[in-house]
Amino acid sequence: MGSGLVNVAVDISLMTLLAVTAIGIIRSRHLFATAMLSGIYSLISAALFVTLDAVDVAFTEAAVGAGISTVLMLGAMTLTRRSEKHAVKLHIGPILVCLAVGAALIYGTVEMPPFGSTEAAGFKHIVPEYIAGSRDDIQVPNIVTSILASYRGFDTLGETAVIFTAGIGVWFLIGRRRREDEEDEKKTETPGDRA
Amino acid sequence: MLELFLDKYNYWIVIVLMLFGLYIVISRGNLVKKLVGLNVFQTSVFLFYISLAKAEGGTAPILTGKTELFSNPLPHVLILTAIVVGIATTALGLALVVRIQETYNTIEEDELEDLNVAVMKGEQDRIPGAEGEAR
Repeated sequence: MGSGLVNVAVDISLMTLLAVTAIGIIRSRHLFATAMLSGIYSLISAALFVTLDAVDVAFTEAAVGAGISTVLMLGAMTLTRRSEKHAVKLHIGPILVCLAVGAALIYGTVEMPPFGSTEAAGFKHIVPEYIAGSRDDIQVPNIVTSILASYRGFDTLGETAVIFTAGIGVWFLIGRRRREDEEDEKKTETPGDRA
Repeated sequence: MLELFLDKYNYWIVIVLMLFGLYIVISRGNLVKKLVGLNVFQTSVFLFYISLAKAEGGTAPILTGKTELFSNPLPHVLILTAIVVGIATTALGLALVVRIQETYNTIEEDELEDLNVAVMKGEQDRIPGAEGEAR
């Protein structure tokens, strides 16, 4: 019971920290600070994933969410600019939209199973089969790995296709243009050398 | 009352985080900031899924031969995929922002809109002129 209380306290304080960080992101006008805050946001959510028993997700979020995406943001910022032009002020229209969406979503949570309940539908359907199969058939200790690579292998294949497509997109948007610029520079240089 | 609060606290705070993300996406004009808002929104959805997967008194879904109550591993798998797809969309979005900056020298939405209006006006002015040349 004592450890249960500690778990609840850790969960609630981390969630509150996340909300505070999000407010910081809204209020900050400097994009550098925003990128750093979004890295912090990802790290706190990774800590939360550990307390919620999702260790694989926590690992990926810390590496990809806090690491790679912060680096990408900083890279984009060096190529564009460091701060927003307009001052941060509250806009009434968006706030009203957010409040309406929030009211609808909170109404939706009324019928949801309580947090931590094993009576939820998600626990009953196919997951017991996955757990038993992971133990008896696949014999990989980490159930997440066996689902990811075997039961839902096509999902993972689709994921790699998405990454490939995004990579091609980024290459066509930024990479090719840079190379053409370099070639143009070479062309302009060569006549000068001859002269 | 306290029990209701503890039962739903995770869901409610996830909703609040999602709305913060939505607010950033709608209200801020800076395109990089919009992408940060999109990330906040996305991470809140991840937290929602993982909160649903938590089992009271369960452990991480790794077979040790002792415990039999695991948290639900299926949402973990879905979110692993979603995180990686999320970084792909962020990368593509940032690449678009860099191209917009290179071409139009701004990443503020209202300035881009002004440019668009200017271009439209220019085209409207040009059409009667082109007809005149044809005659």
